[in-house]
Formats: sequence, structure tokens, C-alpha cells
Amino acid sequence: MGKAVNSSKSSTGLMGWIDARLPVTKAYKEHLSEYYAPSNFNVWYFFGSLSLLVLVNQLLTGVWLTMHYKPDAEQAFGVVEYIMRDVPWGWLIRYLHTTGASAFFIVVYLHMFRGLMYGSYKKPRELVWLLGMFIYLALMAEAFMGYVLPWGNMSFWGAKVITQLFGVIPYIGDGLLEWIRGDYNVSDATLNRFFALHVVALPIVLLLLVVLHILALHTVGSNNPDGVDIKKNKDENGIPKDGIPFHPYYTVKDIFGVGMFLLVFMFIVFVKPDMGGLFLEHDNYNIANPGSTPEHIKPVWYFTPFFAILKVVPNPLWGMIAMFSAIIMLFLLPWLDRSEVKSIRYRLMPFKVALFSFVFSFIALGYLGMIGWGDMEKLVARILTAVYFGYFAFIFFYSKNEKHKPIPERLTH
Amino acid sequence: MKNLLLIAALLLSANVLASGGGSQLESAQTNIRSTQSLVNGAKLYMNYCSACHSLQYQRYSRMAEDLGLSKDEVTENLIFTGTKFSGHITKTMDDEQVKAKGWFNNSFPKDLTLVAKARGNDWLFTYLKSFYKDSEKSTGWNNTLFPDVSMPNVLWELQGIQKANFEEHKDENGIVSHTFTGFENITEGKLSHEEFDNSVRDIVNFLAYTAEPAQLIRLAYAPWVMLFLVIFTFLAYLLKKNYFKDIH
Repeated sequence: MGKAVNSSKSSTGLMGWIDARLPVTKAYKEHLSEYYAPSNFNVWYFFGSLSLLVLVNQLLTGVWLTMHYKPDAEQAFGVVEYIMRDVPWGWLIRYLHTTGASAFFIVVYLHMFRGLMYGSYKKPRELVWLLGMFIYLALMAEAFMGYVLPWGNMSFWGAKVITQLFGVIPYIGDGLLEWIRGDYNVSDATLNRFFALHVVALPIVLLLLVVLHILALHTVGSNNPDGVDIKKNKDENGIPKDGIPFHPYYTVKDIFGVGMFLLVFMFIVFVKPDMGGLFLEHDNYNIANPGSTPEHIKPVWYFTPFFAILKVVPNPLWGMIAMFSAIIMLFLLPWLDRSEVKSIRYRLMPFKVALFSFVFSFIALGYLGMIGWGDMEKLVARILTAVYFGYFAFIFFYSKNEKHKPIPERLTH
Repeated sequence: MKNLLLIAALLLSANVLASGGGSQLESAQTNIRSTQSLVNGAKLYMNYCSACHSLQYQRYSRMAEDLGLSKDEVTENLIFTGTKFSGHITKTMDDEQVKAKGWFNNSFPKDLTLVAKARGNDWLFTYLKSFYKDSEKSTGWNNTLFPDVSMPNVLWELQGIQKANFEEHKDENGIVSHTFTGFENITEGKLSHEEFDNSVRDIVNFLAYTAEPAQLIRLAYAPWVMLFLVIFTFLAYLLKKNYFKDIH
């Protein structure tokens, strides 16, 4: 078992000198060696630390890409090919970044699903959840702007459609659209500002939010698959009986998680970086061309559930409202779910069916958002959209007087 | 209102076109690891394609290195444009000339460096094999996969000239439609069917290479990266197991 550094007396020597001026040892204890996490974390608890890993990957590979990239509509497309061909290991840096973008959403979606399953958004973790949702929003903005930078034809048309959405807002639409694009169309000016936001503004916002997310989590403590509050049962030293120090236990366990993750991630990077057009789209291998609309305008896979909801509504203004509502509903979850029980383990069949339907609707909408629609697809997408929003209505009414299995006092593992 | 219509049109365009492009593609069955196929593809490309189509992101020198060709071999046999060995693969033809003479219905031949990524190998393979004689077109050629294409069949010498057979249908409203039923050779080419397929396959393979030269090194590293990660993950598992043996 790993021993916490010098827990009894104040540190001496260099560390003591630093600690008197900066609380390094204190922070180390608070967040690692004496942060007590429930001992029953399962595989779903890998995705928080994996999100952090992918964030670091994006920041590092992003810095190196920035060393070679030029945010110029005349040069951007060619410079990506220059990175792929003439920059030593440039192809690897770029594929780590492009695959990282998709991986980010995969781990974040799984991380969020974990929260839905075990009720991690509930009191007292409402702020943890809200900050996480803000991270998700910032991540979507970051990914959207990053996607524009290679200046392929899908970059151009994707940016055009998404920015065009703001143009449908009554009264201010035209002005807002021009203000966002910096031009009458998506152009060099747009590319330049998206670059600034992608590499400077949004990463700073993301990092700040991640720090707050973790600080909030460490204030209230981690939830667990049983949804039991481990702080209710402490030993004579005030340490939760069902808690184990994050370091070394979960640092070591997370290294194993990292290995499992990298096996999949690196396989994609080295063997199938395009993912058959899912991670890097075919149309984006053509240079941006305002005169040639791609056959099939669609965003990258991680946006397609929301894109489908947008398309379900015939009026684009209401479509946009529906799309943003789909995200806003998630923000409200801590207050929509009024049940005292957290974990799916102690909730009954109706909740399980509802959660499964919700996840199914999200994935199926994601698929429908990628393909073209006939009447059948439109109908199915409408039903799935109803299921998506229906989940939130269900949870609000169902959780009021929800029956559940007996909740244990301690962790059951 | 204008914005509303524009966005509705863009979203709709995605709907309408979904049903198109139903043509069957033939599997190209290229093998990126076959240097022989890549070299042959490069030769065919330089002889039949490079007059009109540049490979603006691909350097001759990189091609030589990856395909195991010497500087002399490339300079003497494959560079037709006077470009330096270290330079990018340019085309012989001059865009100004195309414009002046109104060739190819005034559409400029595209750069093909990334065409294999944009279209896919199977599409290219099928496309190059689907040209047929059509006297109604200014070039004298048409294509079943890419109707009314501006490009003539540059490989006719090898393939021979084929015509396309169509079946005429009339629906209850009297609207006539044509279904493609197959090709028929009018004249024989220099190559047999099988040899021609192999040649097209090599060209497609070469274009798949130029679309991403790094894939050769990427695929070569892949097994070693995976092997390292398997060992790493196994050791991490043992470490984790050891730490957790006194928990629960």
C-alpha cells in the first residue's frame, strides 16, 4: 500500500521551503494521496481520467500542428498535406489530433452515460454535472472550429450551414451572421478567427472548466456504482471506511485503463485513421469550393444526433431551438430527476427501459444524421426525437414518487 | 427570411441526393504493399494521365524513395515536364491553352493527388473501366459511372473500344428511362481483359499511394505499436491486480 508523504509532521528541506510558500504537498494530499474514492469503481470510471488524457493529447499535438499550420484560405488545405508529407512525423501528429477529436467525444459520451446510470448528477454533485456540461459545450465549439481549419470542402460547407443557423434568428440574424463570419460568406476572415478561437480562446476555457469540474468533484467526493455516500461511514481517523486513496490505487488502475484505451486508439491511428470516412470525411479531401456543394452536407459523427433533431423540424428556426433544447435538457437533469435513489442498481424496470430508450434514440439519431432521408427516415427520426425528449419528461414525473429497491448502507462491490 | 430559405435549401439538398449514386462499384482489390504494382501504376500514370492531371502534393523524390526507384530511373523515364527531381509532380498541359481552345467543355482537369481519398479506390477502378463510345458527346466518349464526363477514355488503346447497351423502359406515364445492361467490345485493345484490369488496378493503387504516402510507414509501424501496447497493458494489469489484492 502506498504511504502518504509525511502525513504527520510538516515537511522539511526543499519541500518544506516550497510548502511554506506554495501548498504543493497540501494539494498533493487533497487531490491524490488523501483523496478517498469509493473502492468499487468499475470500468465506467475509466472515462474521466481518459478524457483528461485525450485533452492532453489534443493540447500537445495541437501545439505541434500549430507550428506548421497556416490559417490562410489560400494555404490551409495545402499546408495540411505539407504536414502529412514533408514534416517529420507530421502524419502521426495530425492523426493523433484527428483521431483524438473523435476519441474525445467517445470517452465524454461514455463518461456522461456513466453519470446517467449511477445518478452522478444528483445532489450534492449538481455543480459537477453543470460544469461537465459546460465542458461538453466548449468541446463542441472547439471541435466545430477545428474541423474548419483543414479548409476542405466539408469544412467550408459545414461551417456555412452551422453559421447560417444563426442567420435565422429574427431581427438580429443578418447582422449576427456577418459578425460571426467576419464576412458576407464563410471566408479567409472566418478561417482566421476560428483558428484564434480554436487554438487560444477555447482551450483556455476548456482547461479552466476542467479544473473547476475536478475541484467541485473533490469537494463533494466521487459517486460510485452503488450511489451510496461513503462519507457517512468514517473510521476513527475520519477516513471513509469504503474509501481508498486515489493515489496509488486509482492512478495504478487508470494506467491499466489507459493501456486498454490506447490499444483501440492507436489501432485506429495506425491502421484506419479515416475510419472509413467517419473520422476524416471523404469530401474533406477536396479543397473548399464555394461553387461546389457536397452531395451530402453533414457534420462529423459526434454532432449528428443533434443534426438529425435539427432536420426533423421543417422550420429551421424551430429546428435550431429544438437542437439547442436537446442539449439544454441535459443541463436540467439534476432538477428533473427528483428521486432519492441514485444508482440504476436500485432503480426499477421503468427507469432502465427509459434510459435504454434514451441511449438508443441518441445513437439511432446519430446514424440518421449521417444519411440522406426519405419519408421513412423522416418518420423514424421524428419518433426518435420524441423518445429523446420524452426521457426528460418521463424522469420528471416518474421520479416524483419513485419506488426502488432497498438502498444499502455500505458499498456492495 | 432569405437566411431561412437558404438553410432550408442546404438541409434539403442532403435529403434529395441520398437516393442517387446507386451504381454498383467493382472492388478494386488493390494491395498497397505491392511495390511492383505501385511502380507499374506510376509508369502508367505518367504515360496516360500526367499530361492533363498534376499530383501537386506529391514529390518525384518521395515517390522514388517509397517505390524503390533511383534518381536516374525517375528523371529519365518518368519526368516529362522538366521539373526537378525534388519537385512536385506537375502536368504537361497548360491551363491557359485549355481555356483558349475550349477543351474538355472548359472544365479543367483536376489535380489527382488526393482523389483516391475523396472518391475511394473502388470508384476509381470502376470509373476507369466504364468509358464507352458515344458519338453524341464532343469527346466521342461517355461513362456509365460518371455520365457526361468531360474526360475522354485515355486508356482506349489498352482496353479497346466498348459500347454500352441500354434497355429502354416506358412507365405508365410514357416517360422513357434507360437501364444499363452491359458493355460490348467493338474493337480489341492491346491488353486482354485480365491484363487491362490489372493495369487499372495498378493505377488506382498508385493514386491510393499518392493520396497518403505515409500509409506505407504507418502500416509498417502498426504491429510494433500494438505489440508494445499489449505488453504495456498486461504489465499494467498485473500491477493493478497486485495493488487491489487487499481491497474488497
